[in-house]
Amino acid sequence: MKVLQSVLLVLALVVVGFVVAIIPGGQALIGKVLPYLAFAVFLLFFIVKVVGWAKSPVPFRIPTTAGQEKSLPWVKQSRFDNPSTTGGVIVRMLLEVTMFRSLFRNTKAEMHDGPYLAHGSSKYLWLFALIFHYSFLVVVLRHLRLFLNPVPGLIQALGGADGFLQVLSPGLYISDLTIVLGLVLLFGRRLVRPQIRYISLVNDYFPLVLIFAIATSGILMRYIIRPDIINIKQLAVGLATFHPVIPGEMGTIFFVHLFLVCCLLVYFPFSKLMHMGGVFLSPTRNMANNNRMVHHDNPWNDPAIKPHSYAGYEDEFREVMKEAEIPVEKE
Amino acid sequence: MADPKAEQLGIGVAKDPSLMTGAIPRRGWMDTPAIFKPGNYCYPGKPEMVEYLNKALPGKFGEPRVWSPEDEDWKLPENWKEIILEGLRERLDKFRSLKIFMDCCVRCGACADKCHFFLGTGDPKNMPVLRAELLRSVYRREFSKAGKIMGKMVGARDLTVDVLKEWFMYFYQCTECRRCSLYCPYGIDTAEITMMMRELLHLVGINTNWILEPAANSNRTGNHMGLQPHTFKENIEYLVDDIEEITGIRVEPTFNRKGAEILFITPSADVFAEPGIYTAMGYLLLFHHIGLDYTWSTYASEGGNFGLFTNNELMKKLNGKMYAEAERLGVKWILGGECGHMWRVVHQYMDTLNGPPDFLEVPKSPITGTVFDNAASTKMVHISEFTADLIHHNKLKLDSSRNDHRKVTYHDSCNTARAMGLLEEPRIILKEVVNDFHEMPEHTIREETFCCGSGTGLNTGEIMELRMRGGLPRANAVKFVKEKYDVNTLSCVCAIDRATLSVLMDYWTPGVDVCGVSELVGNALIMEGEKERETGLRFEPLAGSEEGEADV
Amino acid sequence: MYDKGKIIPGLIVFVLIAVSPIIYNRGNAGHVPNPEKPKNAKECVRPVAEMRESHMQMVIDWRTDVIRDNGAREAVTAGGVKYVRSLQLGCMKCHTSKQKFCDECHKYASVEPYCWDCHIAPEEKD
Repeated sequence: MKVLQSVLLVLALVVVGFVVAIIPGGQALIGKVLPYLAFAVFLLFFIVKVVGWAKSPVPFRIPTTAGQEKSLPWVKQSRFDNPSTTGGVIVRMLLEVTMFRSLFRNTKAEMHDGPYLAHGSSKYLWLFALIFHYSFLVVVLRHLRLFLNPVPGLIQALGGADGFLQVLSPGLYISDLTIVLGLVLLFGRRLVRPQIRYISLVNDYFPLVLIFAIATSGILMRYIIRPDIINIKQLAVGLATFHPVIPGEMGTIFFVHLFLVCCLLVYFPFSKLMHMGGVFLSPTRNMANNNRMVHHDNPWNDPAIKPHSYAGYEDEFREVMKEAEIPVEKE
Repeated sequence: MADPKAEQLGIGVAKDPSLMTGAIPRRGWMDTPAIFKPGNYCYPGKPEMVEYLNKALPGKFGEPRVWSPEDEDWKLPENWKEIILEGLRERLDKFRSLKIFMDCCVRCGACADKCHFFLGTGDPKNMPVLRAELLRSVYRREFSKAGKIMGKMVGARDLTVDVLKEWFMYFYQCTECRRCSLYCPYGIDTAEITMMMRELLHLVGINTNWILEPAANSNRTGNHMGLQPHTFKENIEYLVDDIEEITGIRVEPTFNRKGAEILFITPSADVFAEPGIYTAMGYLLLFHHIGLDYTWSTYASEGGNFGLFTNNELMKKLNGKMYAEAERLGVKWILGGECGHMWRVVHQYMDTLNGPPDFLEVPKSPITGTVFDNAASTKMVHISEFTADLIHHNKLKLDSSRNDHRKVTYHDSCNTARAMGLLEEPRIILKEVVNDFHEMPEHTIREETFCCGSGTGLNTGEIMELRMRGGLPRANAVKFVKEKYDVNTLSCVCAIDRATLSVLMDYWTPGVDVCGVSELVGNALIMEGEKERETGLRFEPLAGSEEGEADV
Repeated sequence: MYDKGKIIPGLIVFVLIAVSPIIYNRGNAGHVPNPEKPKNAKECVRPVAEMRESHMQMVIDWRTDVIRDNGAREAVTAGGVKYVRSLQLGCMKCHTSKQKFCDECHKYASVEPYCWDCHIAPEEKD
């Protein structure tokens, strides 16, 4: 049901993109106006979201310690899984953001008769996530060749590396294969694992389907229905130089592709995709476990909250304390 | 309703259709209401407890009243919804963590099978991701545009009394052990969410007595059991008598003594309940062995802090006694006993809540001269850190063969493991005081350790089945080493563990004793002038004497 | 507590990365390709639009057919003229300059066809 809803939603977007692209003035709308709107919404609300997070303080230091703390000099500390210094935190965050360190730990639990619980390492999700995210990154970076003129050597080199197989013409990009693979694996996992299927929302399927549609339209444009790439680049560079143009025929599919990308940009800051920003701000990962070493301040700490006073305690129990020969302040 | 026998429950856990055994519930979770029946909920707080705490912290604990979760009407205040939503808004503004954890979850499900309650119950709402969604769904409705407009389609729902009831059920089926947060790619910490949720529930007077009563006691008498000063002292003196009987040595602890170098604080359970008392005997022997200048306090006689299970304010209030007493007595620093959640509070919260304690000095071991730089600001050292340092400097005379009647494994307490990182120190100690030690299987120890299943104030008799289910993953790992290596002793550094794991072992793996690491230290310590020991600290026969008996 | 010192620079870096194409181009759309048209022919082997979009496909098909499957070289006719199915002997008979014809668009779109891994580009007369 939720899967169907997501697919229908994306199909509806495809249809909208298609219809707008074939009505007069529609191409100009999608090609010259919408990208600015979408990009502005993306940037603005991304910032609004992050600033919204930042407005709340981190009152306590609550890192999840995933290894030995720093204590006695001869006890070997897990410097990156339980960092006590800024340097350690930076490495921990780098490992988290670039290598998905926490997912790498993943295990799978199985219940057998007995009852007997077995826990085994399970790296599928880690692998699927890596495949998808890195493919996505490469695809996005590759697209810079359409926005930058002249194309910088690095972007050229990336395209070359991505197409090093030298099969098909135009050359096959490996990331085109792997992004689809990653999407299919992540989507499939949601369907196949009962636990994940039960928790998945439309919000979880929809972005996968949307990105799948974007990737598919892109792949179609490269290998099958080829619109004029020179025109497309002129449009893209036009956008990036604030002189948007529709230089000539580009094919409806290009506008559908562009429309879907705009949809993704607009959807991004209001959705779970904000994990892209959130991963950097998670207090259980980005703080050093130096809790007992340095004082950490809480801006809303209420100094008026005092413990039940010793004086009050002694007043209540003075007699029994004296009898038990426990020293008292007032005789 | 009688609690099921282990054998019967064991079959149920493995065979009954649940999300854990591969069956998918037909109804969506939003359409599955929480149903309370005897055995699946903790008893609500007694009105006098609520009243007492409300006097201590006005407005934080709702209206005192008699109510039952099984009743249709929970006698909520008329504006309960407003209170909850306002409270949620306030907490979103106070805790960045809560905002991030509400916004960033992608429901990847990495956490799903990490929760001991999910593993033991198969209840979908015990998957950490879904536990958080119980709140997130309301958050979306009230705090996001998409949720307001599109509702259920984007996983949003209204806050109703049924939702509130569901919260009460499932945020009291979380022990804040943080195991899920270890695997979460965004570090989403369900413990943090559960803490917020319990705070909110307290605001409208939804609570459990097993948490409120110890908290109220702790505030008044200094400890959970409500032991008054003379009783506290007496209890320790009983232990002193027992030590004399076993070792021939009379140790001489002092109480509320000004001018002592060190204030020692441990959970009060170590003073009054088995098997914690044997751990306390271990402390007493150790401090005597090294001639430590220390004092107990009857005012700050509780290491544990049930405020952690209610709200920030009460946590701060109860915790404040430690520094207040240290200042009053004029000690140099504080030594803390074996406890899990106490150390969560001490390590992650104390300095921020009630520090920095500038009247104390950076802890320095008077025996070895080691300066505990890792506690430079908080000025409180864990007994395992302290003992491991003594051992490293060869300051203890030990005869580890006195623990030869024990084949030992070690349970990392969730708090010391994942909210502190105290993993090696207890093992360093165990290596010296025990000859036969075996680790439980990987993925169940160290940072991946399983909770005892009864932490955060769930250690109460009325939810025994739930506790045994929640403790199953831990018990299962013990069973593994019991069957493979004949392990008969589960050591730990947590007072709640000592209480709950004992029950858990009796249920799932009978024949395994639970003890504190310091009990094993006490057994092994060769005290100057002691008589030959015939028993361990719990008067159990030692390995040699058992053989002797067998020969007769 | 608030980590302003980290979050604000972080956001600035994020925005800079996001708008880097705009900064990079500095408002200048740069050189727009203008491939040199052949002087000796009016008609290509296929319509111009089709050539623009799919010449890469045709060239690679030729290669496969001629080099790998022993296909005939002479096969294409345009405007009554027979053309050899060959990059250098066919295409480049009219489009004589790699620089002025091929590279114009390829460089613009950052396309690096591997034709020139084997073929040696004709010497540029200029």
